[in-house]
Amino acid sequence: MGSKNTTEMKEKKESNKAATSTASATSAKTQYIAKDFQEAYTTSMKSYWDQIASNNKLKLIDLFCAFLVVVGIIQFAFVCLIRDNYPFNAFLAGFIICVGQFVLLISLRLQLLNPFEGIPKNRAFGEFVLASLILHFICIHFIN
Amino acid sequence: MSIFGAAVSARLFSVIRFESIIHEFDPWFNFRATKYLINNSFYDFLNWFDDRTWYPLGRVTGGTLYPGLMTTSALIWHTLRKIGLPIDIRNICVLFAPAFSGVTAIATYYLTKEIKDSSAGVLAAAFIAIVPGYISRSVAGAYDNEAIAITLLMVTFMFWIKGQKTGSILYSSFAALFYFYMVSAWGGYVFITNLIPFHIFLLILMGRFTSKLYVAYNTWFIIGTVASMQIPFVGFLPIRSNDHMAALGVFGLLQIVALGDFVKSKLPPRKFKIVMIVSLLIILAIGIAGLFLLTYMGLIAPWTGRFYSLWDTSYAKIHIPIIASVSEHQPVAWPAFFFDTHFLIWLFPAGVFLLFMDLKDEHVFIIAYSVLCSYFAGVMVRLMLTLTPVICITAAVALSKVFDVYLDFSSAIDPQRRNLTSLLSRLIVSGTFIFYLYLFVFHCTWVTQTAYSSPSVVLPSTSPDGSMALIDDFREAYYWLRMNTDEDAKVAAWWDYGYQIGGMADRTTLVDNNTWNNTHIAIVGKAMASPEEKAYEILKEHDVDYVLVIFGGLIGFGGDDLNKFLWMIRISEGIWPDEIKERDFFTPEGEYRVDSRASKTMKESIMYKMSFKDFPILFNGGQAVDKVRQQAISLEDVGTLDYFDEVFTSENWMVRIYQLKEDDPEGRSLKEVGDFERAKGKLTKKRKITKPDLTLRV
Repeated sequence: MGSKNTTEMKEKKESNKAATSTASATSAKTQYIAKDFQEAYTTSMKSYWDQIASNNKLKLIDLFCAFLVVVGIIQFAFVCLIRDNYPFNAFLAGFIICVGQFVLLISLRLQLLNPFEGIPKNRAFGEFVLASLILHFICIHFIN
Repeated sequence: MSIFGAAVSARLFSVIRFESIIHEFDPWFNFRATKYLINNSFYDFLNWFDDRTWYPLGRVTGGTLYPGLMTTSALIWHTLRKIGLPIDIRNICVLFAPAFSGVTAIATYYLTKEIKDSSAGVLAAAFIAIVPGYISRSVAGAYDNEAIAITLLMVTFMFWIKGQKTGSILYSSFAALFYFYMVSAWGGYVFITNLIPFHIFLLILMGRFTSKLYVAYNTWFIIGTVASMQIPFVGFLPIRSNDHMAALGVFGLLQIVALGDFVKSKLPPRKFKIVMIVSLLIILAIGIAGLFLLTYMGLIAPWTGRFYSLWDTSYAKIHIPIIASVSEHQPVAWPAFFFDTHFLIWLFPAGVFLLFMDLKDEHVFIIAYSVLCSYFAGVMVRLMLTLTPVICITAAVALSKVFDVYLDFSSAIDPQRRNLTSLLSRLIVSGTFIFYLYLFVFHCTWVTQTAYSSPSVVLPSTSPDGSMALIDDFREAYYWLRMNTDEDAKVAAWWDYGYQIGGMADRTTLVDNNTWNNTHIAIVGKAMASPEEKAYEILKEHDVDYVLVIFGGLIGFGGDDLNKFLWMIRISEGIWPDEIKERDFFTPEGEYRVDSRASKTMKESIMYKMSFKDFPILFNGGQAVDKVRQQAISLEDVGTLDYFDEVFTSENWMVRIYQLKEDDPEGRSLKEVGDFERAKGKLTKKRKITKPDLTLRV
């Protein structure tokens, strides 16, 4: 299990890279590995779509995740473009809050899929809200 | 509860035997900072620029300290005042460490309970409450960062273990918050920053990845990191310095592993293996290349000196004499392990072994902790402090295991299965261990009251009739400074005494224990090692009014400035290798001597002159013996001192204060004045201080 949206991107990248990096090697082997990656990719994708099709909550979480990834990338690209990170703490806070919220969402998602023993889903959600609040509080303080 | 009581009371020996006073060097600074904090607002405190230290540079104190300790005690002070208990801030600071060690005991109980069971927890709490290795840093009056840091260390680990066990976001958030508190209190937080990722890394290697780990670590990491950046002194270090890279790396790794875990659950194992190996290789290559590139481009700071000295014990000695000059940074001596932990030290390996026997996730943590810490404690004495808790925990695990088996008399009571030999062996084994426990308690009490309760500001000694006497020269001298010198007077002394002068005498100092500016320290070292004219020039350039030296030759106080002199020379030699040469201060045979055979450079240095000025006269023609170095000093050895006036010498000659002379009104150099006066025979000895009681020895 894991971060689906980035997951897909990462996997694509990896398979591409794998394909190119081993291009110099025997082509048969390359083909073989590339095929494996292809298969891994399709199976994961398929089970992923199955997973969210049956659960609206997961869909919501994943949308939020995708949004966070986009926001994070925009911030990063912005800093790269203006080639200056002067209010470094502000950028950092903005970026970290994206990453942090993303990670927390994934944590919640994991718990919704297979609840850990002793932690019912509702409690997991409550804890998630609390941790998010702490995170936001600190980051807002950090932005100045 | 009673353990809490024991923990607190054992640490009060120092108050009973001496008085309610702040100990050592660093606590004096913390005390001064706390006073500043309660007299000003919190924001003033964070923006505090201290112009009374590091003259003429000053120090950005607010941004270069760990504010956790001061904030906590100020908070306690304010709370107590609100509920109508106005207590002197000094008493809060003095009793701060004992109170927090009580909390440590409680946290240790819960931590060990997670590791084994509550009986082991009780034992561990009892051990940590009285073990000398921890008491050494938390007696009443040791108002230092470590006093609170160990408590926070234990609490953070406790929440971490809980979070990791249950996978609860809540516990991990708590761990992160306490981690933040720890960051605000002690530089040793880096230990947690590396230990927890290490734990996770080990678990991944052992193939024990679960989504619980993912939840616990990521929550901790993200909240902990962003929170730790709020401390001004830490700033952007968590993403810049290599010390923190391990945590970041594991964070990234965990994302990948989680992804791999997902893919794995969907694929046949054989195919997954190929996919995994190929992608792992690619990621590894990219990661290493990236790290090199970033370090090369200077985006990530290289490891700090203290960190290098952890791996290569001689690193500091070669490159940074100032780090090596602190005795806390020396490797620990073997007997110290026994002295500090008594019989726990041999239960420690047994406990680690028992943890290996049923290797659960949290046991891996304790094992990693103990292995790392044993190594670090072997390198640096002060890290003994972080080793002590884990010794207590593992020893408690071992001991409670023994008691589980041998204190179980149920079979002996049961008449059908009565077996004399088994009963006897049980009695013997448990009797032996209980006897060891008794010895341990005895040892701890003894060590605490003799070795760790003395506040180094006041020295204990015995007078001729055997009763206890206190040597109070330091406070006498600082009080003299406070009362008799101008408020803006600048005092030059070796950096060890900087905090004390600032705290007790309230005078401006050139260098202090913060040691942030090596060059500035080297300047003072150079002045001390130079002959008079040159030293006078250097000191005048820095507006110095008084020079303070510590001299233990009369009563045999080993930690005096002449013994530290070599470090002064070495540090200044690092900056001015042409002017100061260590070799010149040794005799041709390569000995460090202060008597008639001392080298010329040595005798000309003002440190030598100031320490021994008028010393031989004290003995009325008898042989003057320096009791620290066991060497005889004769009248001819000690040269004249023309540029400095002796203004104060304490009762046992431990602190001697000199004033820089004014320029001569007639425009002669002070040396000429001195020669002229001597020629006239007018330079009568003005010393009128009564002869101290010579039998007084430490």
